[in-house]
Amino acid sequence: MSKQAAETLAVVVERDFAFPPEKLWRALTQPHLIEAWLMKNDFKPVVGHHFNLSGDWGGVLDCEVLAIEPNKALSYTWNFVNDDPAYNLRSVVTFTLTPTSGGTRLRMEQAGFRADQKQAYGGAKFGWQKFLENLAQVLARAD
Amino acid sequence: MATAHDMLFRTLADPTRRAIFERLCREGEQTVAALTARSGVSQPAVSKHLGILKQAKLVRYRHEGRERHYSAQLNALAPLIDWTSRMTGFWQSRFDQLEDLLKRMDQ
Repeated sequence: MSKQAAETLAVVVERDFAFPPEKLWRALTQPHLIEAWLMKNDFKPVVGHHFNLSGDWGGVLDCEVLAIEPNKALSYTWNFVNDDPAYNLRSVVTFTLTPTSGGTRLRMEQAGFRADQKQAYGGAKFGWQKFLENLAQVLARAD
Repeated sequence: MATAHDMLFRTLADPTRRAIFERLCREGEQTVAALTARSGVSQPAVSKHLGILKQAKLVRYRHEGRERHYSAQLNALAPLIDWTSRMTGFWQSRFDQLEDLLKRMDQ
């Protein structure tokens, strides 16, 4: 997997939870708990482990554990292979846990691109995310 | 639909082109000459980029005298914004479920 995180389309969602990192870590890494909030899975907290996330819409995501730092960070691929390039997606999901005074801040970043656009994204020197942020500001002013 | 996506992504993958588009978004309608003055590339190059942006329906122009005035067409970006807003919505709802789960879990 090439390092193109700064050049891809990214989604970031952050939230503060009133629970310690250890508890969030369990929810992120124990299969029955992952299923309770995300999707059915055969996840194992082992780098290189291949697993599937099965959505209730019938779709199956191909995943591979890329990095694990207990109670701090977890990263895995989140690929959806589809004959229709409009649905084909290759991405990496990274969860980062940061202790706060009241609990834990969880940050989820999904960075990716559709498989057929790898080349196009690779050629971009300017971060997509920055671009979209700039754009959001422009759109906010336009209203 | 896939073709429209492709064109949009390919068009905006070029940094110079994206810079031109961003300027039009930020500063409003401009002539080719005005865009060239601050772009660091030649006028023919700017015109070429504008032509590609126009094909992707990201810009349009109107004639005033002998000059073309270009403006950004923000609605052409909808597919791009849709992807990120869809995924953001997905994760927000999953985080809601995570919060419910954490409340139910033993310490």
